[in-house]
Amino acid sequence: MLRLEARPTPSRTMTLAAPLLALALTILTGALLFAGLGHAPGPALYHFFIGPLSDRYGLAELGVKAAPLVLIALGLSLGFRAGIWNIGAEGQLIAGAICGGGFALAVYPAEGPWVLPLMLFAAAAGGMAWAALPALLRVWRNTNEILTSLMLVYVASLLLRLLMNGVLRDPDGFSFPESRLLPDGTLLPIILAETRLHLGAILALAAALAVWVLARHTLVGFQIKVAGLAPNAARYAGFNHNRLIWLTFMISGGLAGLAGVGEVAGPMGQLVPEVSPGYGFTAIIVAFLGRLHPAGIVLAGLVVALSYLGGENAQINAGLPLAVTGVFQGLLLFFLLACDVLIQYRPRLNGPRWRNKR
Amino acid sequence: MTALLTLHETTKSYGQVCANDRVSLTLNAGEVHALLGENGAGKSTLVKTICGLVQPDSGTMTWRGEPTALPGPAAARALGIGVVFQHFSLFEALTVTENIALGLDDGHANTDLTERIERLSSRYGLTLNAKAIVGDLSVGERQRVEIVRALMQDPALLVLDEPTSVLTPQEVEALAATLRQLADEGRGILYISHKLSEIRHLCDRVTVLRGGKVVAEADPKTTSPEALAELMVGQRLPQPKRASSLSPNAPVRLVIDHLSQAPNPFSPTGLHNVSLSVQAGEVLGIAGVAGNGQNALLAALSGEVLAGSAGTIILDQQPIGHIHPQGRRTRGLAYVPPERLGTGAVPELDLTDNALLSTYRRLAFAVRGLLQPGKVAHFASNVVERFDVRSAGISARASSLSGGNLQKFIVGREILQTPKLLVAAHPTWGVDAGAAAAIHQALLDLATEGACIIIVSEDLDELLMLTDRIAVLCDGRLSAPIPVTEADATTLGMLMAGEPVDAAA
Repeated sequence: MLRLEARPTPSRTMTLAAPLLALALTILTGALLFAGLGHAPGPALYHFFIGPLSDRYGLAELGVKAAPLVLIALGLSLGFRAGIWNIGAEGQLIAGAICGGGFALAVYPAEGPWVLPLMLFAAAAGGMAWAALPALLRVWRNTNEILTSLMLVYVASLLLRLLMNGVLRDPDGFSFPESRLLPDGTLLPIILAETRLHLGAILALAAALAVWVLARHTLVGFQIKVAGLAPNAARYAGFNHNRLIWLTFMISGGLAGLAGVGEVAGPMGQLVPEVSPGYGFTAIIVAFLGRLHPAGIVLAGLVVALSYLGGENAQINAGLPLAVTGVFQGLLLFFLLACDVLIQYRPRLNGPRWRNKR
Repeated sequence: MTALLTLHETTKSYGQVCANDRVSLTLNAGEVHALLGENGAGKSTLVKTICGLVQPDSGTMTWRGEPTALPGPAAARALGIGVVFQHFSLFEALTVTENIALGLDDGHANTDLTERIERLSSRYGLTLNAKAIVGDLSVGERQRVEIVRALMQDPALLVLDEPTSVLTPQEVEALAATLRQLADEGRGILYISHKLSEIRHLCDRVTVLRGGKVVAEADPKTTSPEALAELMVGQRLPQPKRASSLSPNAPVRLVIDHLSQAPNPFSPTGLHNVSLSVQAGEVLGIAGVAGNGQNALLAALSGEVLAGSAGTIILDQQPIGHIHPQGRRTRGLAYVPPERLGTGAVPELDLTDNALLSTYRRLAFAVRGLLQPGKVAHFASNVVERFDVRSAGISARASSLSGGNLQKFIVGREILQTPKLLVAAHPTWGVDAGAAAAIHQALLDLATEGACIIIVSEDLDELLMLTDRIAVLCDGRLSAPIPVTEADATTLGMLMAGEPVDAAA
């Protein structure tokens, strides 16, 4: 019989190996799934994992998808490290898209060089404002931020729909629930010619560096670490927990808001009701897959971005349902959480019985 | 005298660690046998072996001369071995009778059982109301429930694991009488402790364990406490000494003025009008049975819970009752919390990061929010060096240190901030004797330099040895401090139990 035995110290190897193991198990399960659906696993997996990366455009698309995931996951990772659970990044992303996109539409048809910076600013402020609600409720009334932040996602989503059918609808758009196309001067500059890869990718990398400095070299980063590892020690040291709640919610909300306007002023070019394919939720997977570490998050963001591209590619070339994307993301998180057990425990076959602690 | 249980060269290892190394032990009927040893000497493993919870890797056992094995707790019970563990296993919502019925193989909580319990408890002087709800009982009473539960099986051998760590001196006295009576009836008693005075007072024979091995067997009545301590620790320990005595005219540094705190889940007793003043250079002890307001007092002093008004706590003429922990630290407070791992230190972080935990404001380890890793590392090395913290270096995780070494690190971290007031909770709880002596000496040295020190401890011996005055917390109320020269275990015990003492008024 297989048993789990507690390790004396957490395994460093497994901390790094668990995500890779989870990835391998996901691919294996995916192959079985494809076979079960009546598709040859080999070609299906090729279309899912390799096909999207076979040309320059595909590689650029990977960056387009990874940028919002990385931006959001970086913010979330700070809160998760401190044991503060912002699950509503999707709502903060939508709020950012509304504010950033709304600003551009409000000053339409202005497209001077001052518009884009103000759009980014408005988007970050919008994301922060949306994140401020659960933070305030947590600090003021000790509500569970997991529930409030999650529920506010649906409020934001419905608000966007309302605006798309109302004031932000394109007046010349035949009543389609979409905004005008934004003027070219208000869009994020393309950084790789003839692709859609935009400034957001660079923004994400810069954010990764900033988060790394914050987590590693500042007092606040230290406080976040201690609050998550040992809340009693944080109280003993006199850290202000409410301040940490505000700080992590503001950073994660602001970055999610930026990710939102990145879609509007990036690949979309306009405000639409479905501004994000669930980036805010998928970023939670990215944050954990990346071990809550900035460098890990950048890598994990690329892997998970591939699952979006792979899903589309497999649908087009192999006739697989698009739902495969969600299945793969779910499998990946599931296997990651399962493999994380190996950090604290080691599997044993038929060894001695459970050991008594001395 | 007949031998009940004999262990012959039993060995038990956990991975690389040999917890019991060829331990031989004979427990006789009618004898109170002490097992003495420091934390980690292998006492618990030996007890678990005797009550069938742990199977030794090698060695043999006999019971009344017959070879035997104890594959499980049921087998030990069937032979007649009863155990009272250090940590109680009682259901607080149930009555005494119901709790005892749960421990019996065919137990029903009926009037018959209630009568049996009351007969048994009065016979051994273990005053107990069998119909009381366990949640309403004091710690001493709960222990009596555990002992009566063990006695219901009419054991030939009764094992008590650190039974007095939670008792007042009077309760210890009552327990001693009960144990004597049980031994006189021909039962064997195994008494596990690290308190030398009790063992000398109570036991007929003592086996000393050190590093998993039996290092001596002795008659405690004729062996001096110093000799027993030396056997237990393996070396001669210096007695902590004070360089100069407290001057009566030293200025008052700390004043607590009518500090009250409503009962809360953190401290069910709260605090009621606690007042106190401590002089520069004074060491003041706060005694009391655990759970009588110690947590509330510590939280109020450290700033984790703020006082109602600023003037309730005054340090060097400055009111600090309204100031948060870091603000108090910059004004000269240092604090050794009751829990080491998880509060005083973060287990997963290394010693450098843990050195930062309480010091960053007072020692300015963060400049405009940026950490100064070089300075912190230097400070951490200093602590490790000055306080002889045995570790793999300042990058060792806190969880990899032994309890004593981690406590030395925490005490050192607080003392090297040159505080004006040091509050230390259970500074040597669960710490080996060598480290305890070093910590005691460091505390006294700090007092000599003019700081005032408050030690909250349940260990009366420690307080009597270190302090100038002792006050007692009971039910959230603090007694007037008694000069240590006038304090004795009887007076303090009565205060701890909440009984009025004329002399202390």
